[in-house]
Amino acid sequence: MSGTTRRGGAVRRAGVHVVLWGYAAVALLPLLVMVWNSFRTDQELVSEPLGLPVAPSFDAYREAWVEASFSTYFLNSVLVTTASVLLSTAVSLLAAYALARSRSRLMTVIEQVFVSGLMMPVFLMIVPIFYLLDMIGLASTRTGLILVYAAVSIPFSVFVLATFLRQLPDELEDAARIDGAGPLRTFWSVLLPLVRPAVATVVVFRFVPIWNDFFYPLILVRDRERYTLPVGLTTFFGEYQTSWSTLFAGLVIATLPLVVLFLVATRQIVAGLTAGMGR
Amino acid sequence: MSRRRTAALPTPVALLFLLPAAVLFGVFVLYPMATALTYSLFSWRGTAQEAFVGLDNFVALFTTEPYRTELPRAFGHNALLFAGAMAAQNSVGLLLAVLLHQRERFRRLFQVLFTMPYLVSPLVVGYLWSLLLSPLFGPVNALLRAVGLDAVAQPWLGDPDTALWVVVLVTAWQWVGFPLLVYGAALGALDPSTQEAAMLDGAGAAQRFRHVTLPLLTPVIGTVSVLTFIFSMEAFPIPYALGGSSGSPAGATDVMSLLFYRTAFHSGASNAIGVSSAVAIVLFLVIVGVSVAFTRWFRGVERRLT
Repeated sequence: MSGTTRRGGAVRRAGVHVVLWGYAAVALLPLLVMVWNSFRTDQELVSEPLGLPVAPSFDAYREAWVEASFSTYFLNSVLVTTASVLLSTAVSLLAAYALARSRSRLMTVIEQVFVSGLMMPVFLMIVPIFYLLDMIGLASTRTGLILVYAAVSIPFSVFVLATFLRQLPDELEDAARIDGAGPLRTFWSVLLPLVRPAVATVVVFRFVPIWNDFFYPLILVRDRERYTLPVGLTTFFGEYQTSWSTLFAGLVIATLPLVVLFLVATRQIVAGLTAGMGR
Repeated sequence: MSRRRTAALPTPVALLFLLPAAVLFGVFVLYPMATALTYSLFSWRGTAQEAFVGLDNFVALFTTEPYRTELPRAFGHNALLFAGAMAAQNSVGLLLAVLLHQRERFRRLFQVLFTMPYLVSPLVVGYLWSLLLSPLFGPVNALLRAVGLDAVAQPWLGDPDTALWVVVLVTAWQWVGFPLLVYGAALGALDPSTQEAAMLDGAGAAQRFRHVTLPLLTPVIGTVSVLTFIFSMEAFPIPYALGGSSGSPAGATDVMSLLFYRTAFHSGASNAIGVSSAVAIVLFLVIVGVSVAFTRWFRGVERRLT
């Protein structure tokens, strides 16, 4: 009896392993193929579709970066994403402080308006935004894109930051006030160091969707010099249809910064959390 | 838990702190949202708003071509995306989350591996699969031929019968990482003593899952289902990358967002803004309506399970 259960357990464990590794392959193989095909030439891709990069070639990256203007798209993406995340985090932090530390009824209403934006219908808003940018002279500019991204990020950022600020005890602020510090000074010297973990969360969780976003720039940006990576990818796929390894390289370039962010941010978030706890 | 609110800010100071966010949000979110609601009720000539026409744009959407054909077809495709994602996340996703929960070794590693597709941009995912499925050099067809399935190898994205299923599968492949993470977190938060109690009562693994774990997971499954629905209805980058803005071949991969995009920016119709705003409102109402109805219904299911 115990022998059969043990054998049954072994079979079951082997089955679990097959399922786990099997799905890991399903999830990962396409991404690995993307990376290693970017190091192969078009001829190799056709003659041996399942081959590995025996003699890695960087031609595809040079082609994508220089010829296909990926350097321009990349810089635009970095600029737009960084600026909009910084702007939205800054204004959301100030707003969250006000919302978390005020007793006025008006503030509750304002907070509800902000948070209702979590369900905002992007398809409904895009046409008016398009005309609005045109009206204020920001059509097809990176500034326009930055302002729009910063604005649509506010609901999520305010929600997370206000929730976090409410969990912080008031005592430190009381002490600062008794010492004669004004609200801005208290915010800057007392609260800012404490909210670092929440800020890290907000930055990472807004950076990713903005970096990946394709809808807003597709409609709001007409000038190729100002394309971000996702829109750049669409024109690139139209023009380089037959240069497959270049296409693979373009996909890798668009993905790489996110991988870097995850590596860097994990450390920052952990550091922020432990720093907050140490105090 | 009573908290002293001694650190309260005076209202004028609080308003000052709120000002930058309020201006940005008001100008770029509230104002567009408010004007958008009126757009669908007017007729337009290009970018000029003309007359108030009531619900005429909606009537046009449901009675005139090409919208009359394209709207239900696109909506059906969105529904299929939802069905595909739900099938994947509540079978494969749930199974993997439970299996991972039962083991300590490599749990984190597997979690990261399984979530990788979800972390990559959906547009990149769509384009990647368009390359992998290429009839010229695509590794997928090469793999099928290598294992003797030559008959199965085909131009997946060129055939209307297979193209839609490719979009459904690729979408599910990417999305499933998210429910998997959430289910994993929910399982981790469950009280292990409930499992132990059931085990002492002599319940087998299947019984424990059906009568202990599943009822406790139901609220999370419900929440994730609503998010999956919203995501499926707004799907845009993957269909765009795989079938272009016209949902090729022959509209086989068309979805609501593409219909909206074409109508608003590529139709050339003089009343493009009126009709496309009607499309956006219909989509929004469907999303809100179904999400609310689903949440209500699911609370009932929850009660029956527990």
